[in-house]
Amino acid sequence: MNRRKFLTFMGTAGVVSALGTAKVAKAGVETFPYYDNGYGVLHDMTRCIGCRKCEEGCNKANKLPAPEKPFSDLSVLDKRRRTTPTAWTVVNKWDMGEGKFAFRKQQCFHCNDPACASACFTKCYQKQPNGAVIYDGSQCVGCRYCMVACPFYVPSFEYGEPFDPVIKKCTFCFDRLKEGKLPGCVESCTMDALTFGRRKDLIKIARKRIEAEPEKYLDYVYGEHDAGGTAWMVLMPKPKDLPQCSTGNAAEAKDAAKRAGLDTTLGNQPMAEYTYGALGAVPMIIAFWPVLFGGAYGMTKRREAIAKANLAKATAEEKQKVMDAVVKVIEKEQGAEAAEKARQQMNEALAEADAPKTDGEAN
Amino acid sequence: MSHQVTIPTKDHLFNMKEFFKFTPGNIINYTLLAIGLVVTWVRFTQGIGAVSNLDDYQPWGMWIGFDLLCGVCLAAGGYFTTVACYVMGMKQYHSAARPAVLTAFLGYAFVVVALLYDLGHPLRLPYMFFFPGTTSVLFEVGLCVATYLTVLFVEWSICPCEWLGKKWPVLLKWRHWVEKCGILLTIMGVCLSTLHQSSLGSLFLICPGKLHPLWYSPFLPMFFFVTSMIAGSSMVVFEGMLAHKARSTHAMMDEKHLTNSDNVTLSFSKAASFILFSYFCLRVIDMLSHGNFHYLFSGYGLWWLIEMGFFVLTPCLLYAKGSREENVGLCQFASCIAVAGIIVNRFTICMIAFNYDLPSSDRYFPSLPEIMVSVFVVTMIVTCYRFIVYHMPVLYEHPDFQEEED
Repeated sequence: MNRRKFLTFMGTAGVVSALGTAKVAKAGVETFPYYDNGYGVLHDMTRCIGCRKCEEGCNKANKLPAPEKPFSDLSVLDKRRRTTPTAWTVVNKWDMGEGKFAFRKQQCFHCNDPACASACFTKCYQKQPNGAVIYDGSQCVGCRYCMVACPFYVPSFEYGEPFDPVIKKCTFCFDRLKEGKLPGCVESCTMDALTFGRRKDLIKIARKRIEAEPEKYLDYVYGEHDAGGTAWMVLMPKPKDLPQCSTGNAAEAKDAAKRAGLDTTLGNQPMAEYTYGALGAVPMIIAFWPVLFGGAYGMTKRREAIAKANLAKATAEEKQKVMDAVVKVIEKEQGAEAAEKARQQMNEALAEADAPKTDGEAN
Repeated sequence: MSHQVTIPTKDHLFNMKEFFKFTPGNIINYTLLAIGLVVTWVRFTQGIGAVSNLDDYQPWGMWIGFDLLCGVCLAAGGYFTTVACYVMGMKQYHSAARPAVLTAFLGYAFVVVALLYDLGHPLRLPYMFFFPGTTSVLFEVGLCVATYLTVLFVEWSICPCEWLGKKWPVLLKWRHWVEKCGILLTIMGVCLSTLHQSSLGSLFLICPGKLHPLWYSPFLPMFFFVTSMIAGSSMVVFEGMLAHKARSTHAMMDEKHLTNSDNVTLSFSKAASFILFSYFCLRVIDMLSHGNFHYLFSGYGLWWLIEMGFFVLTPCLLYAKGSREENVGLCQFASCIAVAGIIVNRFTICMIAFNYDLPSSDRYFPSLPEIMVSVFVVTMIVTCYRFIVYHMPVLYEHPDFQEEED
């Protein structure tokens, strides 16, 4: 909470700053609302047989174009695939060690505080109260920073579309949920590998399954806390050759999770929090830099003025000294009257000589 | 050595003869522009996928890595020189300020041009002002770059005003006000530069899992800012070298510029040497304090050592030696390595060390048309630079405006 307070302070400093970037500073305290009652899906890898029925269900529910190879063709599993603009979910085969293979369905994890949404600079992404992270392409600039930001490599971009390329990704079948239907993939899963429910209930279910068969499961619910928590979570089989991890220990689960292509080193905070420190420093720079450089400028100007005045003084003194010496000689040779006259004429000559000279100096 | 600069007059505004000469430079220039136009046509009619190797794993490639990250960094000479000259009062670098502001302005302007190739919806770029996503680092970058480009345009606008002032005297009024606001613009420039130069590094803070730990650091924004200072000083030396080498631009330099240029090179080299060494220390301490020492014994570790040794420490020492011994040639050589080092660093962060954990089949290498777009952008910058230098008082002081500049 201390960190939050600090950022709030930074945010307040930003409001005071004269530049319009104050809004950026406030970003330091803005996080996405956490919807406690949101839905999620629990993917149990131990039940998944890699039949690709979920891919087919997704394709139909979202009216995506038919793929080159039919969904019944399981040879595509030999190659690692990722989500694309026309395949919003894909199943991959993972080597869990000792000749055991497991399948994992990949789709948008629908993070609690999504990296894509925080990275989008035109607010195309929204976390919905029902748990879905949805994207509206009508104001998308196509910068693809969401794809850089997503730790799960989910959003995909229509590179082949010349005039209206947008991001495509799983929507959690947002419209179907509103109608009270299940997501396309969940509905088509025949193995009960996908469990739909409220996220908080799913965590309890996952814990129970691990408890019931501790040898079968890795004691880690992927997505419970990773990247700030995700609505879609994964239960992994425990590799036989690796020791069981202590409950929810990300560091110990790292190697096992990696075999299923999951990264447990992302941390428990939303990805966006990695950037909030840097964003929070913005008002400090806006406040401090003008003072620093304005001050440096003032000092420079003052230094120059003093140097100029000193030079003028020194020159005048030098002239006076020379004149005194000359006048002294004249006084000695020709008397006081001549000396006084010489002094006057020399003063006039100097004044005349100075006038155009100062003009010239300005050049 | 003394020569006469051809200054355009009221009746003879244009000095285009250099562009029509049948020289190798011009032939290469026009060939690259022609190729660029063809690629541009394909890009905007067939889509990004038709010309680039960008994919869903690597959404940012050559265009962001070179045109945006390197472009913005290498244009840092603008703020670096104006701060030295106007804020710190180092008047002896006065002749370096205008060329630096010009290249900064062109650099930023063409960063935006290059960005239009990379964006899926280039015409929607202003949407960031209508739907501001204030949680995004990219929003800060966009806002600062847009503002700074405006500031640079105003700073630079003195040059065309002096060129065309005789014909349209109203421009002289504008010039007068810009002169009056000079220090304000300079300070705005350094604030905005600090913000977005560092924010370009902050862009990658959000993906700790994708960027190799030797390059990922919470201090990325600071590293990007410090390297922008290195780029700022090195580019002044580097560009000075190029402008002197080219006969046609050399002909546009007045006595003052020519007599000051060695001094400018040596002083900026000294500054660059200091900054390079502090950057070297920062990176080493960062590597040690984040417990990344063991990564040094891998392929990426070797690349890190090459970057630190050859592209940071080497130019640092060469600069130091060059400026100590007043060896202009050595300083210029060091500036080439330093500039290359900036490009290496940005390429590493955006492409080489990005997605380091993916199998090599999913990794990215830029396509030829993609590279040609970047070359096209650089060629456009050079062409515009030449046009401006042949016509406007950049490398010489306009005799009509000498008094006011004190």
